Amino acid sequence: MSNDLYGPVANVAEQAGWEAPPPRKGFFTDTSICIGCKACEVACKEWNQVPEDGLNWLGSSYDNTGALGASTWRHVAFIEQSKPLPGQEPGFEGAPTGPSATDALNRSVDEAQQGNLAMLGTDSGQVSLGMPATRLPGADSTSRTEFRWLMASDVCKHCTHAACLDVCPTGSLFRTEFGTVVVQEDICNGCGYCVPACPFGVIDRRIEEHGVKNAGIAQKCTLCYDRLQADMTPACAKACPTESIQFGDLDELRDRAQKRVEQLHANGVTNARLYLEDKTDGIGGAGAFFLLLDEPETYGFPPDPVVTTRDLPSMWRRAGLAAAALLAGAVASFLGGRA
Amino acid sequence: MSTQGTEHGNRKDDVRAVIGSAGGRRRRGGGERSMVPPAEFTSYYGRPVLKPSPWQADIPAYLFLGGLAAGSSLLGAGADVTGRQSLKRPARFAAVAAISASFAALVHDLGKPSRFINMLRVAKPTSPMSVGTWILSVYGPLAGLAGAAELVDTVRADRWLPGRLRTPARVLHASGRPAGIGAALVAPAVASYTAVLISDTATPTWHAGHREMPFLFAGSAAAASGGLGMIAASTTDAGPARRLAVGGVLLDLGAEQLMEKSMGLAAEPMHQGKPGLLMRAAKALNVVGGVGAIVGRRSRALSAASGAALVAGSACTRFGIFYAGQESAKDPKYTIVPQRERVDEQGPTRVEGLRTRGTGAGPAADARQRTTSTLSRRGTNSPIT
Repeated sequence: MSNDLYGPVANVAEQAGWEAPPPRKGFFTDTSICIGCKACEVACKEWNQVPEDGLNWLGSSYDNTGALGASTWRHVAFIEQSKPLPGQEPGFEGAPTGPSATDALNRSVDEAQQGNLAMLGTDSGQVSLGMPATRLPGADSTSRTEFRWLMASDVCKHCTHAACLDVCPTGSLFRTEFGTVVVQEDICNGCGYCVPACPFGVIDRRIEEHGVKNAGIAQKCTLCYDRLQADMTPACAKACPTESIQFGDLDELRDRAQKRVEQLHANGVTNARLYLEDKTDGIGGAGAFFLLLDEPETYGFPPDPVVTTRDLPSMWRRAGLAAAALLAGAVASFLGGRA
Repeated sequence: MSTQGTEHGNRKDDVRAVIGSAGGRRRRGGGERSMVPPAEFTSYYGRPVLKPSPWQADIPAYLFLGGLAAGSSLLGAGADVTGRQSLKRPARFAAVAAISASFAALVHDLGKPSRFINMLRVAKPTSPMSVGTWILSVYGPLAGLAGAAELVDTVRADRWLPGRLRTPARVLHASGRPAGIGAALVAPAVASYTAVLISDTATPTWHAGHREMPFLFAGSAAAASGGLGMIAASTTDAGPARRLAVGGVLLDLGAEQLMEKSMGLAAEPMHQGKPGLLMRAAKALNVVGGVGAIVGRRSRALSAASGAALVAGSACTRFGIFYAGQESAKDPKYTIVPQRERVDEQGPTRVEGLRTRGTGAGPAADARQRTTSTLSRRGTNSPIT
């Protein structure tokens, strides 16, 4: 058959039964140009009327969203690293290296609490008026390290082999004509099976509080199915000011992404790599794939996801064997007594 | 995807670089299982990659009760055919009670219980829950019919019912055996499909055990139902229950042993905290109950005590495995470390057998060829399991 559970698929909408479907749609999220503005998060909430997902300070850089979930369909990750920003001259040439800014600040505060204000720079008698400096920030500091800030907008991957869809017992999750994966909220009965099935921890069951809509049923990104049907761009991609989130025909996005990686490599950003773009990977490639500047797990992605249903045929075979063994054992228990 | 040698060389830097990451953390409680290397890995602020299932205690209770019902139906049918009245009656009642309770647990665990009937709008072999729904839809009524027949016999309804109702009572009585045998034929599927249900997830501990889980669950079902038979039946009638229980214990313990060996790091949550306690209790109860079943086979009291141990052992097994899976989903280690090791050793998972129609030349085709050549240089492109 045609790789129903695992392996590359030529046309995922056709495989799902659509006749002459439109080209598969998807997202290419180029994290190298994400500026962390979170406009995608806001646009998604506004358009899809997604309820509040908690107003918390998480202590993880500028990320106070946390992770994708039933009421979080876009999530911008922020990672601070003591690494050079590839392909750019940070202006620290010749400056001594030392601890990261966070470490240095913590040490300065510790010193200040002991009464030594020298490291904070507040004992000079001069009062900073906050005027723009004429020299590079930190150029005359004695302790400075490389620093880079990674930002990435995460979203449902709309997998070619979507475990959530395959395990759904009601048919609520379905493959659209655009090749995307969508929950039909009037059919889902909240069994929750899709939640542990997802290899990315995307989909979740919405918790009942303050009378939110669709409480108790599974929710996730729909790739703005309503907007797609009206030939419009999904809200997040429309709102993205840098086109870090690109929407379009998946084949075209793959070509574009490949060119972008080559461009970045040529510019010295050698750690740029595509994630989930390959049709032959463990989920048959994603409808929403990414350009990353570090290992996937740095961003909270699984490094090498494989859809659980790959092993389903073997699981059914083994369950059949186990059932046969139980039946045989039961028969033997009764025969044993007669013997 | 990464083909740059430098990246893999920088992993240790990555671990330190990610502020707030769980990188560099070492395994706790080491020493016991040395085949698992220390976990040093990068994560996003130590947050889980996966979502644990939203399921509550209903689900492990269902796993246990489903197994108990299935084994009881087998014992009930066998006792019926071989004329062991004191085994047949409790077995048939247990089957119908357990399956009713498990049905209630399943519906209670839904986010929208009023929509449980939506399970019946499709039949999907790719969804173990859909398959299970249909298995239960066949098994439930059969077990119910056998239970109803048993009730009619127990209360001797044919003697005191008014004449008009005696015929239905007799029909019910007569349908007891075929229904019971029918239920017994479906019962093994009821006991083993639940293993596929939990293994067909991304939850590390549940999925990693997918090869042995059906045998573990079948063994656990046999032990629980055999144990119940030992509690309820007379010592003369309890022979088959005893043998089923002992066989179940052996299958359960053996499958569990093999499973842990094949699971790698994902076995760890079964040894820690609450799930660890439950799994240890399960093993102890199984051993005690199994030995007691053999040693105490002439004593009604010892048989009943051993049977109770086996029933409790089966419940501990199901709850232990359930909570171990939940823990494995909450800690990014169990997701990231095995996948990272696989990538570092074999390269990323790539599946051969690309079936594209009308793929022309162009950058995409070039890219695919590049990928292939990179992989063949690594000399590996087959996924491991």
